[in-house]
Amino acid sequence: MAVTREAMLEQWDRPSRWRRPTVWDVLWGLLAAAGSIYLYWLYRSYMDGYEVAIQIGSTLALIAWGWYWKPARPFALAVALLAAMALWRYGADFELRRSDFLLKYFLESQAAFMWMSSLYVLATVAYFAALFGRSEFVGKTATALTWCATAMGLTGLLVRWRESYLLGTDIGHIPVSNLYEVFILFAVITALLYLFYEDRHRTRAMGGFALLVISGAVGFLLWYAFERQAHHIQPLIPALQSYWMKIHVPANFVGYGAFALAAMLGVAYLLRLGAETRRPDGLLVRVLPPLELLDEVMYKAIALGFAAFTVATILGALWAAEAWGGYWSWDPKETWALIVWLNYAAWLHLRLTKGWRGAPMAWWAVVGLVVTLFAFLGVNMFLSGLHSYGSL
Amino acid sequence: MNEATARESFSRRTLGWVLLEFLGSMNLAITLLVVIAIASVIGTVLQQNQPYPDYVLKFGPFWFEVFRQLGLYDVYGTGWFIGILSFLILSTSVCLYRQVPNMLREMIRFRTQVQLRSLRGFHQHSEWLLPGRDLSAVLTAAAGVFRIHGYRCRSQDYGDHWIVAAMKGRYNRLGYLFAHAAVVVIGIGGLLDGNLWLKLKEWRGEVAVETRDLAARDVPPVSRLKPGAVPAFRGNVMLPEGTAANFVFLRLRDGYLLQELPFAIELQEFRVEYYDTGQPKSFVSQVRIHDQEHLGDRPLEATIQVNHPLVYRGYAIYQSDFGDGGSKLELQAWPLSGIRWEPAEVKGEVGSALGLTGSSGSLRLELDEFRLFNLLPEPDARPGDRKFRNFGPSVGFKLRDAAGEAREYLNYLMPAQLEGRWFYISGVRSRPGDAFSYLHIPVDAKNSPERFLKFNARLHDESWLRSLLGRPTLAAENPDLRHDFDLVRLNLVGLFIQGGFAAVSERAKTVVPADRLQEATMLYLNILRDTLASVFVEVLREEGVNVEQGIGEREDAFFSDAVSALEMLPVYGAPFYLQPTGFQQVEASGLQVARSGGTGVVYVGFFFLITGIFIMFYTSHRRLWAWLLIEDGATRLVLAGTGNRRQTEFAHEFAGLRMDLTRRLGPSEPVATVPVAEVSLPDAPVAMPVAGSRSTT
Repeated sequence: MAVTREAMLEQWDRPSRWRRPTVWDVLWGLLAAAGSIYLYWLYRSYMDGYEVAIQIGSTLALIAWGWYWKPARPFALAVALLAAMALWRYGADFELRRSDFLLKYFLESQAAFMWMSSLYVLATVAYFAALFGRSEFVGKTATALTWCATAMGLTGLLVRWRESYLLGTDIGHIPVSNLYEVFILFAVITALLYLFYEDRHRTRAMGGFALLVISGAVGFLLWYAFERQAHHIQPLIPALQSYWMKIHVPANFVGYGAFALAAMLGVAYLLRLGAETRRPDGLLVRVLPPLELLDEVMYKAIALGFAAFTVATILGALWAAEAWGGYWSWDPKETWALIVWLNYAAWLHLRLTKGWRGAPMAWWAVVGLVVTLFAFLGVNMFLSGLHSYGSL
Repeated sequence: MNEATARESFSRRTLGWVLLEFLGSMNLAITLLVVIAIASVIGTVLQQNQPYPDYVLKFGPFWFEVFRQLGLYDVYGTGWFIGILSFLILSTSVCLYRQVPNMLREMIRFRTQVQLRSLRGFHQHSEWLLPGRDLSAVLTAAAGVFRIHGYRCRSQDYGDHWIVAAMKGRYNRLGYLFAHAAVVVIGIGGLLDGNLWLKLKEWRGEVAVETRDLAARDVPPVSRLKPGAVPAFRGNVMLPEGTAANFVFLRLRDGYLLQELPFAIELQEFRVEYYDTGQPKSFVSQVRIHDQEHLGDRPLEATIQVNHPLVYRGYAIYQSDFGDGGSKLELQAWPLSGIRWEPAEVKGEVGSALGLTGSSGSLRLELDEFRLFNLLPEPDARPGDRKFRNFGPSVGFKLRDAAGEAREYLNYLMPAQLEGRWFYISGVRSRPGDAFSYLHIPVDAKNSPERFLKFNARLHDESWLRSLLGRPTLAAENPDLRHDFDLVRLNLVGLFIQGGFAAVSERAKTVVPADRLQEATMLYLNILRDTLASVFVEVLREEGVNVEQGIGEREDAFFSDAVSALEMLPVYGAPFYLQPTGFQQVEASGLQVARSGGTGVVYVGFFFLITGIFIMFYTSHRRLWAWLLIEDGATRLVLAGTGNRRQTEFAHEFAGLRMDLTRRLGPSEPVATVPVAEVSLPDAPVAMPVAGSRSTT
């Protein structure tokens, strides 16, 4: 029986919807699962059924993340090791944070946040230096600094989680309960989103702009900690004692982070556009990333932010239905979430169906950040309502 | 069909078409999104559903009325806002109505009819000229590669050429359908749960808002809603411990409606637990549900707390508030303005009012609140220290005079230590919202405010003062001079108890020439202070304190604190000091009862919205075409493709496809590049298109 060349070819490469997993993929999955099971065994007495479900979900998400994006693996491992080291040094004595060298200067949550803050600021400087100095080496350093800062931030959050339990088991809670904690979350998530796009588009030219907004957040954090003493761990008010907080808040910050990133790219876009019209052979045009790239990443960030923000708002609505007597109360925070959502919905419609591009969309993304910032900060500062626990 | 009807039907169709075109237009949709966003801001800037008098106070009568007419006090329930929302739902529905057939067609059809010209105009296209290869082999190879990459193919013979059309990811189109249908579904569900039903009933005159402050049983039938009268409501009731209610109040504009429940909720106990730091840890209501019809004589016992509502027969009962349910208070009223200081016993309940008649006319004592804990910032702490102290139980009350003017007071039951000394603290303010000014009454050796009050009463007692001042030990030699001096001293005390030291200085200004004013004022104040000290020493002596060796440090401190408190008394404004002495706390729990028929609908909408958005953004409907033609013993293959999302990823895939095909087909002859004008893609619109404005990207 004669086999045609085509048929043979068809035999060779089977339709492969899914990439065959490598040994490393399997190892990653097993390691993440094992770590999660160990954590469950350690802390099962603190969790109810919903929280176990959230843990399983986050473990699966972590595994998928590592499969989808390779650099996530060493990052997650480093964070896990650092956090484990901190927990090991702590044992059950919170006061060790003042005496244990490793904790006091490196791993205690407040120390970790200070490392994070300084590394982010350094990374911002390095990214701009790399951009204008056209130095590959400095660029790599900037990326490394950003990774380290993010690892320290996330480690700090995990350690703070444990610290809150060391203060008292009834005080213990995930550190996303007040403005101070979510600002760290914001910095970490925005940085991770940026690092993903940097890796996927193989360019560091957007780094300075992305890190600028993170440095802004760091500036606020430092003021908030030193001027307002906001860094102390506070017990949870009754309204926040719910498993919903663990998913609602992080989902929200994926949205905020992505919108912030998009706005900064919008700034870069406008700068380059202005430079192209005024001085086409100027420095800015030479160093800034091309308009198409900025436009595409801006779109991707807004699409991701919009999807995450939709999930977050819906999770919030489900939580509200359990806590406040209805899935929607037109509380100022809810209303501003809707405003943000409508704003980006309009943006996406203009881009996807009307095909708008260029300066108007970049301006809109920048204005979008102002709206988002108001929803995130302004509502808590200026308006009163059910979300008043996030106030300054 | 005659001409006239034809013309009429034509024009009608045109009108309908225009309307449909308008409602389904992208411009309208985007405009609505932005308009709703802007309109929503109003209700976040202007606090909603506050008592109307507060608004009048804030805006003045003119603007109050303007804003009221615009419905700004309940923006999200007002007609025009609901109108815009409904318009968005309508617009989205029309868009769906017009797009669904297109989308379904897009999902099913392979589009085997394409022009070579347009294929060459695609951003992703490639071309081969393969000598000696027959068309069917190339066709099989192309289709094979398409399939390997997950595409489904359809081929068509056009005689002179063949076309293989392929596509994958067609479910991306469902994303659009899901997400937009979800907006309609959530919108409708939300409207069902809103106050539309109430508005309808109000409009038909079936219910009327009650604005008077009535007990539940006195609310007239026109302001009552039977169970099931509206499918959705959210109402509140404040239940004191040990009481039950089978109704809730629905707040509406400047009044309320009473919604009856088909069962009764009895509050057995309300508990507040605290962290060690003093912050509240949990609010828990222990309730019993009485429902003869469904439960018989055995009530349902349940605990309700924040984040843990009780759902009973489709009614969700939430912990939303707490307050005082009529705590029983024991108080002592120490007179502040007469010659007597012995306190009178007062008993009352929080929420009740007592009529009092005194020297300064009739007063109404309104007992407003009782608080068991008062966690306040440490008074001596530096800013930012975040230190708190529990100041213990307090009673808040108002004193209202015959004209209706009221002052608000906040009196603490236990003395508090400030700067090392102990005081009974009473706050006063004449306008709600102002900061309290505090009267600090020093505590005497018996841990009571009595010494201070006696001191105060003695200063009001002229004959007692005269007899004290008249004693030889205190008097000067000359009887006439002594008499004048006593008069001065009495006057000074009189001035002081009416207006403090300030009154003394004021008086000095009127009687002493300017050049000697300072000297004279100093003299007056010294005499006054001396006199007050003599009175104080006498009060101590009467108390049984041995003052022969002079007074001790503690008494000295007491004296200066007492003088400060006396200074404060003229602005304190109450004819007595009300000291809380005992209480029996009765707590009340604020429960919210909600029924929302649309919840299920909305949740289905949520599901579709999330699914739709992720499908829309993270899948892509991709099409590929292979256009094949025999040309002088060679086969020409034109490959082209397009995707409606994720262009970068599609470009990668297309590059892979091209490599795979080259691997199979062998090298191509050089292909003459045919210059083609950019043509607009015949790709279907990716979401809601506007008539006449196709995407050009």
